Amino acid sequence: MSSEMYEHMRANPKFQRLVARRSRFAWTLAFIVLAMFYGFVLVVAFKPALLGRPIAQGSMVTIGVAVELFMFIFFWVLTAVYVIRANGEFDALTQDLIKDAWKENK
Amino acid sequence: MHRLARIGLALGLLTMSVMAFAGPPVGGILEKQPTNWHAIIMFCLFVALTMGITYWAAGRTKSTADFYTAGGGITGFQNGLAIAGDYMSAATLLGLSAMVYGQGYDGYIYMLAFFAGWPIILFLMAERLRNLGRFTFSDITAYRLDQSKVRIMAAISSLTVVCFYLLAQMVGAGQLIKLLFGLEYKIAIFIVGFLMMFYVIFGGMVATTWVQIIKACMLLVGGTLVMVLAMSKFGFSYHNLVEQATAVHKLGPKLMYPGSLLADPVTAISLGLGLMFGTAGLPHILMRFFTVTNAKEARKSVLYASGFVSYFFNVIFLIGLTGIIIVGQNGSFFEGGKIGGKLIGGGNMVAMHLAKAVGGNMLLGFLAAVAFATILAVVSGLALAGASAISHDLYARVIMKGKASEATEIKVSKVAVICLGFIAIVLGILFEKQNIAFMVGLAFGVAAAANFPVLILSMYWKGLTTRGALWGGYGGLISAVLFVLFSKSVWVDVIGMKVALFPYTQPALFAMPIAFLLAYIFSKIDGSDRAKAEIEAFEDQYVRGQTGFGAATSSKH
Repeated sequence: MSSEMYEHMRANPKFQRLVARRSRFAWTLAFIVLAMFYGFVLVVAFKPALLGRPIAQGSMVTIGVAVELFMFIFFWVLTAVYVIRANGEFDALTQDLIKDAWKENK
Repeated sequence: MHRLARIGLALGLLTMSVMAFAGPPVGGILEKQPTNWHAIIMFCLFVALTMGITYWAAGRTKSTADFYTAGGGITGFQNGLAIAGDYMSAATLLGLSAMVYGQGYDGYIYMLAFFAGWPIILFLMAERLRNLGRFTFSDITAYRLDQSKVRIMAAISSLTVVCFYLLAQMVGAGQLIKLLFGLEYKIAIFIVGFLMMFYVIFGGMVATTWVQIIKACMLLVGGTLVMVLAMSKFGFSYHNLVEQATAVHKLGPKLMYPGSLLADPVTAISLGLGLMFGTAGLPHILMRFFTVTNAKEARKSVLYASGFVSYFFNVIFLIGLTGIIIVGQNGSFFEGGKIGGKLIGGGNMVAMHLAKAVGGNMLLGFLAAVAFATILAVVSGLALAGASAISHDLYARVIMKGKASEATEIKVSKVAVICLGFIAIVLGILFEKQNIAFMVGLAFGVAAAANFPVLILSMYWKGLTTRGALWGGYGGLISAVLFVLFSKSVWVDVIGMKVALFPYTQPALFAMPIAFLLAYIFSKIDGSDRAKAEIEAFEDQYVRGQTGFGAATSSKH
């Protein structure tokens, strides 16, 4: 592909919209995962006793196990949220953009 | 003093846990077991099935795209299973369940660290990987930089990762098969080596993927079956299970506390970084993004893969906990019948003993066959990734400057597979008695410090130049290798020196900044004309990276 075509695409407001939206979305999700995971790692490193406490009186489920199980599920749900939006909204925008680029090329 | 003792203990345990990942510990404790016919018959069925698939795949493997990426014709669901298969090695099943059995909650923390890299790969890397790459991840790093130099560097670090990983798997495989099937170590190594060569040479990525898919299904079914049967002994109550486990385990209630495995913050963070970003730098995993039809399917495959992986890790957690009571309280699984002594076959056999306890010889045989199949599948994926670094990056792009015909490129790739296969067999035999525990750690360390920084910078940072990429890549590679070499697991345990020069076992926290810093500094001071051109070329790369416009469609079917 020629530089010129990429230049055209770049100038397309749809491109700007796609990049802005997707970047914000992806970085927000990544930030949530990183913050939760490394926050958890820091608790493991500095306050381990907290994770060993039961979630309720008499329960055998500890806070640590509950939090981790939650993260396993939650991270996967975030993955699903990203895939749904990327495969729907973002992909449609991308296809649109590519169609525009071919049209201009003619 | 207290703090020091804690750190010391953490290091010791970490070494143990790394060992757990590399497969059964070595050192003469693995006596040969009587020949296990259930396992052998089931394994032969698996081999027959996969051979049939390879025969079918061979007819569909004609172009280089077919060979490296199955012509991009794999669906998201299939690819998701295959990624999960690549990720869940035999060491995962055996090592992690043994870790929960011994350390309780620590094993669960470890599994989360293994899992947490997946969402990050999807959010930050998947789009650009898919839009810029075709066969190997060097396609992306070399996109706007000096093709030859960058590809040579990427191929060297890819091959380093592949070789260490391969060797760890081979030695682990030999030990495991000797134990489970009652076969000679050397015979086991040859069987793994030759079957791997057969799959990859004749069936390329199509066969490798299907071997991986079948094995992933077997692993999921086998693991679930063992878990369900074991949980039925506790009335499917987590409460009962933990109550009994903490009552009999030597750690007592501390079983469910974070133990000393991650007690010191440096090790904890370094491990987290290494596992998370190491995953994002493993060549055989990155390659899987190119095997699907389009970006939609690529994203779906990560969704399926991370679903399977996170499910399976939770199954393993339960397997480890139930093992504490069902295996740990049954004298017949201990040497000399002494409860609390040494487990027959070594510490990694918890899952196998549990299978026997809850499902008899049939289930044990099935799980043993699954473990063998798992090793075979992982080794095949690694060999294909290594071969593509040689034939696609080094031969086709560097030596032939992109003028190689597809037929010769495939031929070179097949020769590369044969070479890698024989190297794996020879090294596997040479290292039989060595402690290869550090090698998986090294593979992840190199992937995180050499592959990942250059890859992510080439995607995101406009200012990266060839000089910066080379310094970052080689700097990360060399520092990761040196940190592991000077750490306790090699310097003391293998070489036999008294004191480790590098006090930690995980290199990532130190080697990754070195790679990033070198890449940054040498890009910044690179004032050459070609550097300017490279920086300018980022604009086009950026548009393509975002949209996939102009990407060679890898699907021809």
